[in-house]
Amino acid sequence: MSKTNRPDSAGERLINGLIKENPTFVLMLGMCPTLAVTTSAINGFGMGATTLAVLALSNLIISLLRGIIPNKVRIPAFIVIIASFVTVVQLLLEAYIPFLNDALGVYIPLIVVNCIILGRAESYAYSHAPIPSLFDGIGMGLGFTVALTCIGAVRELLGTGEIFGFRVMPGAYTPIGIFVLAPGAFFVLAALCALQNYVKAKGARAGKDTGKIGSGCSEDCLNCGETGCGRRKFYDDSDDLVVEEL
Amino acid sequence: MEKRWRVSSNPHVRSKVTTNGIMMAVVLALLPATGFGIYNFGFRALLHILITVASTVIMEFLFGLYKKKLTVTDLSAVVTGLLLALNLPVGAPLWMGALGGVFAILVVKMLFGGLGQNFMNPALAARCFLLISFPAQMTNFVCDAYTGATPLTALKAGEAVNVTDMILGRTAGTIGETSMIALIIGACFLILLGVIDLRIPGSYIVSFAVFVLLFGGRGLDLPYLSAQLAGGGLMLGAFFMATDYVTRPITVKGQYVFGIFLGIMTGIFRIFGPGAEGVSYAIILGNLLAPLIEKVTMPRAFGKGGAAHVRK
Repeated sequence: MSKTNRPDSAGERLINGLIKENPTFVLMLGMCPTLAVTTSAINGFGMGATTLAVLALSNLIISLLRGIIPNKVRIPAFIVIIASFVTVVQLLLEAYIPFLNDALGVYIPLIVVNCIILGRAESYAYSHAPIPSLFDGIGMGLGFTVALTCIGAVRELLGTGEIFGFRVMPGAYTPIGIFVLAPGAFFVLAALCALQNYVKAKGARAGKDTGKIGSGCSEDCLNCGETGCGRRKFYDDSDDLVVEEL
Repeated sequence: MEKRWRVSSNPHVRSKVTTNGIMMAVVLALLPATGFGIYNFGFRALLHILITVASTVIMEFLFGLYKKKLTVTDLSAVVTGLLLALNLPVGAPLWMGALGGVFAILVVKMLFGGLGQNFMNPALAARCFLLISFPAQMTNFVCDAYTGATPLTALKAGEAVNVTDMILGRTAGTIGETSMIALIIGACFLILLGVIDLRIPGSYIVSFAVFVLLFGGRGLDLPYLSAQLAGGGLMLGAFFMATDYVTRPITVKGQYVFGIFLGIMTGIFRIFGPGAEGVSYAIILGNLLAPLIEKVTMPRAFGKGGAAHVRK
């Protein structure tokens, strides 16, 4: 295994958040802001970047405080930490990028209850060291940002003919208004998810790479439902571990 | 000895009715309205119909090639395309019908599993897709033959309308919805053939009429009531789209509930809503509720359940 693939290394956490466990396309978390604010690429990017900042910092702090936070009140403690960062970010946005603050509206304070952030705090930061937790937050945040920007760009392109406010479609193009409305968010999210699954399935069919398995290689071939992997590990009659390349 | 009984698995009784035959009957039944639409709105209406039907059929064919299961010969794509074209205003750009056709077949029908699996009437879903996407073009009823608003819009604005013209179809509107007479002729053909029955259209139209009488604010005003019944897509929707086999409830009781629900929703959309028309939205909303209605109205299987049947 290469160095970046070592579990809980910074590189592995980044790749994990961006691709393997992309919060939007794979884990299907944080659907509310995903569907609501991605009316344009810049809104999607802004929401993603804001969440990234909160996620990385809250992961770091929660990981640092994980020895102090009592288990029984950990959720309220997480919420307090997350809410503090959300307040900081919101005040910064209001001061320096007011147009984005207006566009994202109520979804900024709602980052407090974003299930990606609480999910990472609960499932990763609370049980791992600070540096991997920080990179886990950055990786997840990047995955969220990339996904939201993609959805926003497609919706903006089809719904207004522009990307990041620049006209890219020819003048004769009639914008399909439904894509900037709520139903468009569902269409685009579903289409991008399908595309992502298609690419992944194709890679898995052809591939020999355990990294292409959606849930990651569990090293347990007996209970692994994936068929794309090119290796089989099993214990033979004399209880020796055999690794067979298919 | 000669073999007299053959052992096989069910079904043992097969009907001669085929999907193909039903779809053909619906196409034939839509011909009067189609013909009148072309007569009424001219050559451009014919172009709309050809392009939309071509787009649905080609899309169904291409998806069949991809899935290696050709279903295009069951004619259902033709019906979808024709219904969608009849729901377009003649002034809409010609590519709009093609886009709607692709959406109807690809997104609403094929991605959900093809004919029999679609959760909404594909033609109506595509119409609503176009209506939301291009509100200006889809409600622009100005054409060479008629200028100005549809009778329903005029009615909503409190203006007088000519009910005779509305029944004959000499008004503005979408290509196939204007002529009540042509639609009723087609509907009678379908009812005589036994393809559809009056349960859904009857309960739909009657409950809508009652709703208008109660909440229309005009009391027993017969010209107003008949204008509401003849105007817009009510007849096209009630006879040809609400009765879609796939998206209506299958239980008899459920079909009455479905029809009454559609009548009430259409009334609410038309009288209290911001727009003048609401048949499409009412029907796709009803389509979404159809599984729920079926669940509630499913008849009890013989010999099962019921406290009265338990021996003490």
